[in-house]
Amino acid sequence: MGGVTLSPAVPEAAARSRTSRSAVRQIWGSVLLKRIVFYLVAAWAAATLNFLLPRMMPGDPASAILLKMSELGPVTPDRVQLVHRLFGGAASEPLWRQYFSYLGGLLHGDFGLSLAFYPTPVSTVVRSGFLWSVLLLGVSTVIAFVVGTALGALAGRRPGGWLDSVISPLSIFVHALPYFWAALILVYVFAFRLDWFPLSGGAGPDLAPGFDPAFISSAITHAMLPAATIVLTSISGWLIHMRNMMASVVNEDYVLLARAKGLSETRVTTAYAARNAVLPSISSFAVSIGLVVGGSLLTEMVFNYPGLGSLLNQAILNLDYPLMQALFLVISMTVLVANFVMDCLYVLLDPRTREAAS
Amino acid sequence: MTRRLPIRVPANRKVRFGLLIFLVLVLVAAFGPLFVSHVLGQSPTRLHAGGALESPSGKHWLGTTSSGQDVLAQLVAGTRTSLLVGLVGGAIATALAVLLGVLSGYSTGRSGAALTAFVNIFLVIPGLPLLILVASYTRGRGGWVTVAVIIGLTSWAGGARAKRAQTLSLRNRDFVAAAGYSGESRARILFLEVMPHLAPVIASTFLFSVVGSIAAEAGLDFIGAGHASTVSWGTMLYWVQSQGALQSGAWWWFLPPGLCIALVGTAAGLVNFGVDELADPRLRTRRATGPAARPRRTGGLTPEKAR
Repeated sequence: MGGVTLSPAVPEAAARSRTSRSAVRQIWGSVLLKRIVFYLVAAWAAATLNFLLPRMMPGDPASAILLKMSELGPVTPDRVQLVHRLFGGAASEPLWRQYFSYLGGLLHGDFGLSLAFYPTPVSTVVRSGFLWSVLLLGVSTVIAFVVGTALGALAGRRPGGWLDSVISPLSIFVHALPYFWAALILVYVFAFRLDWFPLSGGAGPDLAPGFDPAFISSAITHAMLPAATIVLTSISGWLIHMRNMMASVVNEDYVLLARAKGLSETRVTTAYAARNAVLPSISSFAVSIGLVVGGSLLTEMVFNYPGLGSLLNQAILNLDYPLMQALFLVISMTVLVANFVMDCLYVLLDPRTREAAS
Repeated sequence: MTRRLPIRVPANRKVRFGLLIFLVLVLVAAFGPLFVSHVLGQSPTRLHAGGALESPSGKHWLGTTSSGQDVLAQLVAGTRTSLLVGLVGGAIATALAVLLGVLSGYSTGRSGAALTAFVNIFLVIPGLPLLILVASYTRGRGGWVTVAVIIGLTSWAGGARAKRAQTLSLRNRDFVAAAGYSGESRARILFLEVMPHLAPVIASTFLFSVVGSIAAEAGLDFIGAGHASTVSWGTMLYWVQSQGALQSGAWWWFLPPGLCIALVGTAAGLVNFGVDELADPRLRTRRATGPAARPRRTGGLTPEKAR
């Protein structure tokens, strides 16, 4: 890798980097453009899946929803029409017409009315949980990724060393723990037995959400256990991945070269071995984040945390299909955005992707 | 080399331990229900077989639930359900992963690109929310089989990606090219030349698909989106949560199902060490310390596993 011919190449390299900077920016743009197109296609696929599922399933979700709505109150004709647009049912219109009016409705953020919180619009309900979930999931994923990768790098640096033989079997066991069960155990020990943290909820019930210190500190203490659950159970996935890659990378020639040049052990580990070993972790982020998102939804349900997971729980209990459909879309879109961010990071870390694009 | 040697022996022991766990679980799933009903005289569904929330005793080895059901009987019945769901779901997911992964890796041109895009799209759509959505539309119709099928249909993408990457690197090897020049058909090349080399990856995918299916089923049952009247590890935990077993301190009720799920996952992780050694030739040669070990590993095991 870089830095082999240091002193004579410096002026030349500087000149090259100046001329190639605009080229790099262009290539960077085209890599990103490709990814953006891919994610737009994926978003369209998720929306289409959402459209097709209720129409393909046995039974008739639309009439179940209408029945439930009529129990809750009088149903106006345009509400009936809205339900049919989202879920099919009465086959008055050809499928492609239904499809286009469905997509049109999505662009306006129109998901119909929630049954669990009737007659609040689904979009309002989803918005109330979105920030809670994204903050909880975002913060705990970043912590788990950073700490897990660092520990994995340490364990994989000396395969078979004492750290490796303690951490690796332990993380296999922790990785196998179901999220919701780990959550139950944490609630039992730290909230119920020791009473260190609140049992459930997102913040004290008497506090209005806002930027005042009382609310924020209450929200943080409430988020501690859910976040600990997600970090604890997802950290081992990153750890195992990084450990395995690190164990194979430390035997590569460029690591030997870095060591032969007399670079410090820290620099060899971080800038040479770990930088290459982390790439597969980032490129398999899509698989991992899917599991973490699923796990965090279940975790939220255990803690009754006011995010998308608890809303999903309400939707399941009340057979609230409009809410469920919207939650699936919103969660999918959030995961797509997270993946896109990781893709950008990958392009920054791995110069080969930029070369391949030119 | 010599520094590596010490991990070889425990690695082997890990695999053996993992296989032992699987064996015990399979035996429990197969014969456990008979043992529970005939020897212990308990049933997983009978209410008030004992008092509410009795701690473990000679009559109820793992105590009772809040409705007086025998926890051990439920755990054993749940083992059978969970393993069946795992096997069916895992088999479907693995079959789809192999099919789509190998085809998308081997085909070139437009069909290859389209297949790859299809795999990648399913990869970025989160599995559990999709699973919950589909499961809530079916509303428990068809029992655990439906649940297992849905799990299989929604969880193949990760495995397909691994297969695709392996196939891509195999596609350009000399022996595949040679088979093509000698006039073998595409299907024959795929199944007899490429597939045997994927055997370790397929085995590992199957292992984790089974574990993933068991976990997914437990999660689905836990939130009440599965099949409510089946006894499984997931439904046990659903009742744990809804009956407040934690607040009553009934550890004999809430610990076993979770530990069982974790045990299956741990066993898979341990067995995977052995699969890793099959997949990585560097680990394999390191392993063959005696000359007698070598032909058995390279010649015998890999092609056999492919069938």
